[in-house]
Amino acid sequence: MGLDLLRDKTGERRVVRGRLLVAGVIATVLFGLLAGRIAYLQIAQYDHFAAQSQDNRVRLAPVTPTRGLILDRDGRILAENRPAFRLTVIPEQVTDMDALLEELGGLIDLSPEDINAFEETRRRARGFQEIPLKLQLTDADVARLAVNRHRFPGVEVRPHLTRHYPYGEIGSHAVGYVGRISESELRDRDRRHYRGTSMIGKTGVERAYEDRLRGEMGLERIETNALGRPLSIIDREPPVPGDDIRLTLDIALQRVAEEALGDHRGAIVAMDPRTGGILALASKPGFDPNAISRGLDREAFRSLRGHPDQPLFNRALRGRYPPGSVVKPFLGLAGVASGHMDPDETVFCNGRYHLPNVSRTWRDWKPEGHGHVDLIQSVAQSCDIYYYDLAYQMGIDAVHDWMTRFGFGLETGIDLPGERKGVMPSREWKRDNLGEPWYQGETVNTGIGQGFTLATPIQLAASTAMFANRGAPVRPHLLETDEGGGVAPPLVAPLTLDDEALWQTAIDAMVEVVHGPRGTARAIGEDLDYRIAGKTGTAQVIGIAQDEEYEEDAIDERFHDHALFTAFAPATSPRIAVAVVVENGGSGSATAAPMARRVIDAWMERLEAQGELARGWR
Amino acid sequence: MNWPAGGVNEAARRATGGLLQRALHLDGVLLALLALLAGIGVVVLYSAFGGRIEPVHDHLIRLGIGLGVLVVAAQIPPWRLARLAPWVFGAVLLLLVAVLVAGQIGGGARRWLDLGVIGFQPSELMKLALPMMVAWLMARGPLPVSLGRAAITVLVIAVPVGLIGAQPDLGTAVLVAAAGASVLFLGGIGWRLMGLMAVLVSAAAPLLWFFGMQDYQRQRVLTFLDPERDPLGAGYNIIQSQIAIGSGGVSGKGWLNGTQAHLEFIPERHTDFVFAVMAEEFGLFGVIMILAVYLAIIARGLWIAHEAQDNFSRLLAGGLTLTFFVYCFVNIGMVSGLLPVVGLPLPLVSYGGSSMVTLLAGFGILMAIHTHRRMWSS
Repeated sequence: MGLDLLRDKTGERRVVRGRLLVAGVIATVLFGLLAGRIAYLQIAQYDHFAAQSQDNRVRLAPVTPTRGLILDRDGRILAENRPAFRLTVIPEQVTDMDALLEELGGLIDLSPEDINAFEETRRRARGFQEIPLKLQLTDADVARLAVNRHRFPGVEVRPHLTRHYPYGEIGSHAVGYVGRISESELRDRDRRHYRGTSMIGKTGVERAYEDRLRGEMGLERIETNALGRPLSIIDREPPVPGDDIRLTLDIALQRVAEEALGDHRGAIVAMDPRTGGILALASKPGFDPNAISRGLDREAFRSLRGHPDQPLFNRALRGRYPPGSVVKPFLGLAGVASGHMDPDETVFCNGRYHLPNVSRTWRDWKPEGHGHVDLIQSVAQSCDIYYYDLAYQMGIDAVHDWMTRFGFGLETGIDLPGERKGVMPSREWKRDNLGEPWYQGETVNTGIGQGFTLATPIQLAASTAMFANRGAPVRPHLLETDEGGGVAPPLVAPLTLDDEALWQTAIDAMVEVVHGPRGTARAIGEDLDYRIAGKTGTAQVIGIAQDEEYEEDAIDERFHDHALFTAFAPATSPRIAVAVVVENGGSGSATAAPMARRVIDAWMERLEAQGELARGWR
Repeated sequence: MNWPAGGVNEAARRATGGLLQRALHLDGVLLALLALLAGIGVVVLYSAFGGRIEPVHDHLIRLGIGLGVLVVAAQIPPWRLARLAPWVFGAVLLLLVAVLVAGQIGGGARRWLDLGVIGFQPSELMKLALPMMVAWLMARGPLPVSLGRAAITVLVIAVPVGLIGAQPDLGTAVLVAAAGASVLFLGGIGWRLMGLMAVLVSAAAPLLWFFGMQDYQRQRVLTFLDPERDPLGAGYNIIQSQIAIGSGGVSGKGWLNGTQAHLEFIPERHTDFVFAVMAEEFGLFGVIMILAVYLAIIARGLWIAHEAQDNFSRLLAGGLTLTFFVYCFVNIGMVSGLLPVVGLPLPLVSYGGSSMVTLLAGFGILMAIHTHRRMWSS
């Protein structure tokens, strides 16, 4: 306070008062600027704006672009736009709305949802606006309405385009569907693109390539009278249609894959190992995308969502399964490449395995054992004891490290939304997720693709392709390469071995699975005139107690083993890599392997018919 | 703070006002101008709502609440306000941080703090707390403000503005910045320093564009530069509100006769764009009149600042008045196409919530400053 006595009060007051004056002048000048601007609008520009406001009222209306087509690799149409008709009502031309709705209800099928939606929109709209009452009219509806048209003033049948999927359920999980855009989807997009449409790609390719398929909105200038009723179209800025896009998918092969799965729940992924281009991506059960894009009522959608078989769930990308024995070629190669095992070294299998100082017994799937098995026979006969021991010798760190190099536990980065990654367990993973240390017994389970290990069908297919390529990884993609598909690099680094000849040994082992006298999948190899390299897998869904036998008949179907098969062919110069997962399908050799064979056969036939295979490929 | 100890000249006090001023600490002139403005607002809103009376009732109730807050604020003597300033500022700053951390998502941006029964926007309170804080800070030292103190003040302004901008609420951030800056300006900050700051701000603009702005804010700026870019969306607002204003002409289309407004061509016509409705229906005459009322309120506010007896009061009164000015200028400038669209209501006319209460509280503070003056007994 003492300092205050020294302060120049009058001077300070003068400073602030001076600034107040300046501020007053600035405020006045800026208000003058506002007045000037408004005077300019209201005097100088009056004629211009009065005219705009008068004959106005030129209303701008968005014109929806046509959505691009989705084609398969041969140009067959997987998604197109079809003219459809919808029923609209102009409320102000209707004298008695309740009576009208009742009469229309007698003529066509009007659900309570149609009427609710109509009433809701009507409350927000003005009387002269056309309000949709029923979105999808059948041909019979249209005919019946046409005959009775004179009875219903204010009722119109209007054409528009809807999305149509000619193959229906086939390929539905890959292609996806469009649906009504939601507020949250609109939030992180440029709203300008969606002023003229209420539809957006929801899943699959429809969603992944939404920006290319959508096109650019056009504008119509519509003259309206003083009440805002449309009179005529003044001019039109045409919309830019969306791009057509071509996929690597082969819809014929897709059909084969889905038919092979039949009524099973499961997934089949087939890809060209050279490019990563997806040839077929099946997930069963599927759904009818036409029903969804037409607009399912809430009840139907709920029952689809709540169905115990989860038809909307894309198992190929999102289903996570214990891979079981299909990990064996990978782990076996890792074992010999890392020097833990020699390719010719044998392990004696008597059907039982023990760890030092652990009372637990690990059993082979074959109770009496396989006898002496080397690398090739361990894969061919799918000997569990060999891999219990190999995993134990390698230790979980090396197992995790090697399997991750093949892509286990990682995403593949496929160009579709919603891919999940599997689990390749490690000490760190267990600590982070379960808060527990790693136990050696778990390493043993990991050796046969059980325990914590989980894989998605797409990852199994990609890893199999990498195997077929002798270490060259792929990035799976659905968009055809000449349209920009597959330009993204693989998410796994190329794998080079000190001894590249080991690749051949490992591939020979997989060939032995199908063509060897003791191979687990020899049943599909018997009448085969070319070579498939494959591996069966039968993955436990529930843990079987120590002394129990697995009794298939006694257990609920949902607890049956998952059946798996991974394969590529021809073994010498692979053109297709396949992963099959059949939920509760029983055994890999009996259920999954024949499905893979059907898909591979179909593709070989096609390649041969097109002369794409070199002479003597068999 | 240095207040004269006692010695109030009764005669002088009587001379400064009547019953309103002595008993209620209200300023008659300011009150009359505010009432006139609010009255105009009610008339315009009635039309903007297409002749519906219920929302006008709501509006009147809010005005009533605002008036209550004004009266309460007017009772607080400025020296008490000065003592409270840093505490109030600190508390509101904490609330702003809380909003960012735990705020409810409202309209795509975090602005609201949910207090169980009611939600409120701490950023609104900052419109009062920041000028109080800056006035207190600057009044502690000699004026014109020294370079060091000016630097501290800029920092004190930047923190809340940054927090509000991060919500993101561009409109309020602009206002709060204006509130702080105007107090700084009144405190006699050097012209050269101001020039330097202007240069710095324009240098920061590209940074703000690329890192500080949300996509929708960038859209607004682009649309301001070229309204035809998105004629159905944000550009539509600007185009249609200019048609409304321009077609009003000199004498207007008449009350309840604005076609642009009634055919619902003007978006947000009862909130941010209410000025366009008024300009369409009452023409240039109406515009001049409402501008005159605003200017009169600003003039009265500056006069109150001029007459204030200590630096804190002078700076605070001036700062609040200039904030009010920025409010009007930005809103009318945006509606008439001079400025980009920032979501700010037209003060005391637009329909809606918390901004009216803070505005009237600010006028309560102005009245308190004016009516708690003590006369020197010589």
